[in-house]
Amino acid sequence: MEDNLQLLWIFVGALLVNNFTLSYFLGLCPFFGVSGRLDTAFRLGLANIFVMVITSLCASFLNAFVLPHAPYLRLISFIVVIASTVQFVEMVVRKLSPVLFRALGIFLPLITTNCAILALALFQTSRGYGVLEGIVFALGAGGGLTLALVLMAGLREEAELSNIPGIIRGTAMNLIIAGILSLAFMGFAGLFSAS
Amino acid sequence: MSAKTPESAYAELVKGLWEENPVFIQVLGMCPALAVTNTAVNGLAMGGATLFVMVMSSLMISSLRKVIPRQVRISTYIVVIATFVTVADMLLEAFTPLIHKELGAFISLIVVNCLILGRQEAFASKNTPRMAVADGLGMGIGFTFALVLLGGAREVLGKGALFGVSLFGDAFEPWIIMILPPGGFLMLGFLLLLFASVKEAKENLNGSPAADTSDERAA
Repeated sequence: MEDNLQLLWIFVGALLVNNFTLSYFLGLCPFFGVSGRLDTAFRLGLANIFVMVITSLCASFLNAFVLPHAPYLRLISFIVVIASTVQFVEMVVRKLSPVLFRALGIFLPLITTNCAILALALFQTSRGYGVLEGIVFALGAGGGLTLALVLMAGLREEAELSNIPGIIRGTAMNLIIAGILSLAFMGFAGLFSAS
Repeated sequence: MSAKTPESAYAELVKGLWEENPVFIQVLGMCPALAVTNTAVNGLAMGGATLFVMVMSSLMISSLRKVIPRQVRISTYIVVIATFVTVADMLLEAFTPLIHKELGAFISLIVVNCLILGRQEAFASKNTPRMAVADGLGMGIGFTFALVLLGGAREVLGKGALFGVSLFGDAFEPWIIMILPPGGFLMLGFLLLLFASVKEAKENLNGSPAADTSDERAA
């Protein structure tokens, strides 16, 4: 029971309270780049969750067997593992769903340089999560990323149709929308002290 | 390639400072730009570390550009960058443990800064080491400049201080929100807005609305 509660907090913490995008500023490139359309944003979010779960498994493995012997290789081994994972996902997606592959376009390989993925592995290491905790953390973080992406895409689709002064259109407006979203997510910070 | 004059190396250096400023114009490398810039000092440290990684990996990759096979170039770039980030991480930990603690995982995350990988792919892999270093220096300095500006503005509003020196005395009520996560988004948004309005005012003054593609690239 105690363990389940712990896992639940890890999940909720990563999903809402410390949302990767809105309070750690991770994965901002896809957050601004792909959030123009709702369905693409959602699919990218799913791809992200998938890569994150596999990354988390790999990181647990590396932490258990490789890194105790060579701590200075941490960064390099993480990034190489992540890059190969993404390559694998890319091949699977291309085979199974060419439409999705085209929709995601350049952003699927770019998940490699998505800081959220590497940060997941690093945070998992520094917080000492085990295999199960790591997977739950990855699900929460990926879910949080998807949530932020979808919210942002929805808002941007609305904004496209609104009458907005030309000068603020584009990056500036997206940043300010993100700021307001981030403000809203700060409200979740109270969840933990209540427990 | 070897016919390039010192002037063009200089041009590569200067373009990163403002005209192609990585943060304000190209909107690259946003994650570290927003995450650690709650004070000017953090911005400076982050910018410095990025500058170091940028210049060293530009030098390395442009020197090896004829040796690296095309198919595995991205992986090679990442391994080179990761090596220099590990070096920067250890250096910061050894010399400025306090700042290292404050920046935390974000030093390691320089590896996945899209700005660095982007410059290697777009520039260092096609140019001589000298040009690549000039480009890396320019982009790195432009990045640092943007981070210090952003961090300084947030620190002044959020803490009433600059580089840790109090500016306004006790009467100032700090805008706490500016040093919290939302402040990063809002401040960069407002800065971009400010630059856009200055640019528009200038164009109106000149009477020639120059065609500009940077907005489309960012979007």
